[in-house]
Amino acid sequence: MTTFVLIHSVLLAILIATAVAITRMRALYGATMLAALFSLVTACLFVLLDAVDVAFTEAAVGVGISTVLLLGGLALTRSREAVTPRRRRLPGAVVVLLTGGVLAYAALDLPEFGSADSPVQRHPITETYLHESQKDIGIPNTVTSVLASYRGLDTLGELVVVFTAGLAVLSLLGPLARPEQVRPPADFHLADYRVIRVVTGTLMPLILLFALYVLFHGDYGPGGGFQAGVIFASGFVLYGLVFGLDKAQQVVPRAALWLLISLGLLVYVGLGLTTMLLGGSFLDYDVLDPDHPASGQHLGILVVETAIGVTVASVMTAIFFSFAARGVSR
Amino acid sequence: MIATHYVYWAFFALMLIGLYVVISHGNLLKKLIGLSLFQVGVFLFYISLGKRYGGSASIISEDVRAYSHPLPQVLILTAIVVGVATLAVGLALAVRIFEAYGTVEEDEITDDDSTGPDGADSDSTGAKGTGSLHKTDRHGSGS
Repeated sequence: MTTFVLIHSVLLAILIATAVAITRMRALYGATMLAALFSLVTACLFVLLDAVDVAFTEAAVGVGISTVLLLGGLALTRSREAVTPRRRRLPGAVVVLLTGGVLAYAALDLPEFGSADSPVQRHPITETYLHESQKDIGIPNTVTSVLASYRGLDTLGELVVVFTAGLAVLSLLGPLARPEQVRPPADFHLADYRVIRVVTGTLMPLILLFALYVLFHGDYGPGGGFQAGVIFASGFVLYGLVFGLDKAQQVVPRAALWLLISLGLLVYVGLGLTTMLLGGSFLDYDVLDPDHPASGQHLGILVVETAIGVTVASVMTAIFFSFAARGVSR
Repeated sequence: MIATHYVYWAFFALMLIGLYVVISHGNLLKKLIGLSLFQVGVFLFYISLGKRYGGSASIISEDVRAYSHPLPQVLILTAIVVGVATLAVGLALAVRIFEAYGTVEEDEITDDDSTGPDGADSDSTGAKGTGSLHKTDRHGSGS
């Protein structure tokens, strides 16, 4: 426990120092790189807090996708922040002090950190998720069974949000919202460097294979549709960064990408409707195999995780393509 | 007190740093970075509530006796992916604002709006159309 506290406080200190450095930095490329470091440290903290699935996602999303997106946004706008005038600082400081005071006071009511008899641990649902799930579903990774089965409807809602965000970015920056000016094509390709070209070519199949492993091994170890989708997308983002957008769009044509975005969601909803037609409730996988409910659950979770992976991967790739295809219009 | 609650206070500090950036910095992209700092603070706080000393990751195995709670992890796992999707929407809005106004600084955009479309070299319909976008984004990053 002493080791835990030691590592934990060091990581927290690094995290807060990074956050302060980000706020003080006016060169936004630098701030973006620090934000990537921030995400990496956060992922370590998640591992320490026993949230391995979350750490996985944070590492892939925070360090990979969101850094690339921020860099893309900076390339299309301005990368240097204006000096924050003094009159803007006061309202922020007042709000922060008030909120901080309220939060610090409220924290006194919180249960002790890490105690075994906190309300979270004592709640009856803990027993259901940790022990009864082994009889009902039979999947060791309870995060996967809660995500895809117990709270399947909730996850469907989250997937709809990801889908909607993808649509929003496509309608803001996609091919239907082109600026009138002809964009100057960037003729500079990282593929001109042999080392980068060869390393990317070698890594690409491994990244995609790893994503598939994460997807299908999610029942037994950390992993699942969200993580796999993000890792899959980061493979395509890497390919697009190195070989240019045209090459990447030959690999994944835009039409296929747009189809896949909705396909995942349709499969998810379709599975729910199928279970209803079979006489169960929405997303009740037991009815998929009435004789062996556990294998029905396995099948349902596999389909749902794959659907999530397809939609997340295609939304992230489509978002990256929209940013990359947007030339500087002024 | 300090020994048991220092974790929460550290996470609150992270949230507040993010909140400060969102409110006082004028640059829209910096606001978005601040928003993700705030977001990470919330994620960590949420997950820390399910943590148990001596617990293990909630993957059931015979030789493990105590587990941390899986539910907060599930909720945050999906929230991270949703978070990056909404970050992308915010960035897309910032890019469109830059194309219409030529700046991503909030103060300059407000000045531009109050002087009218004469001061800007973009056409008036474009400036009107993206003016509403600008408001959406401000509300988005403030909440």
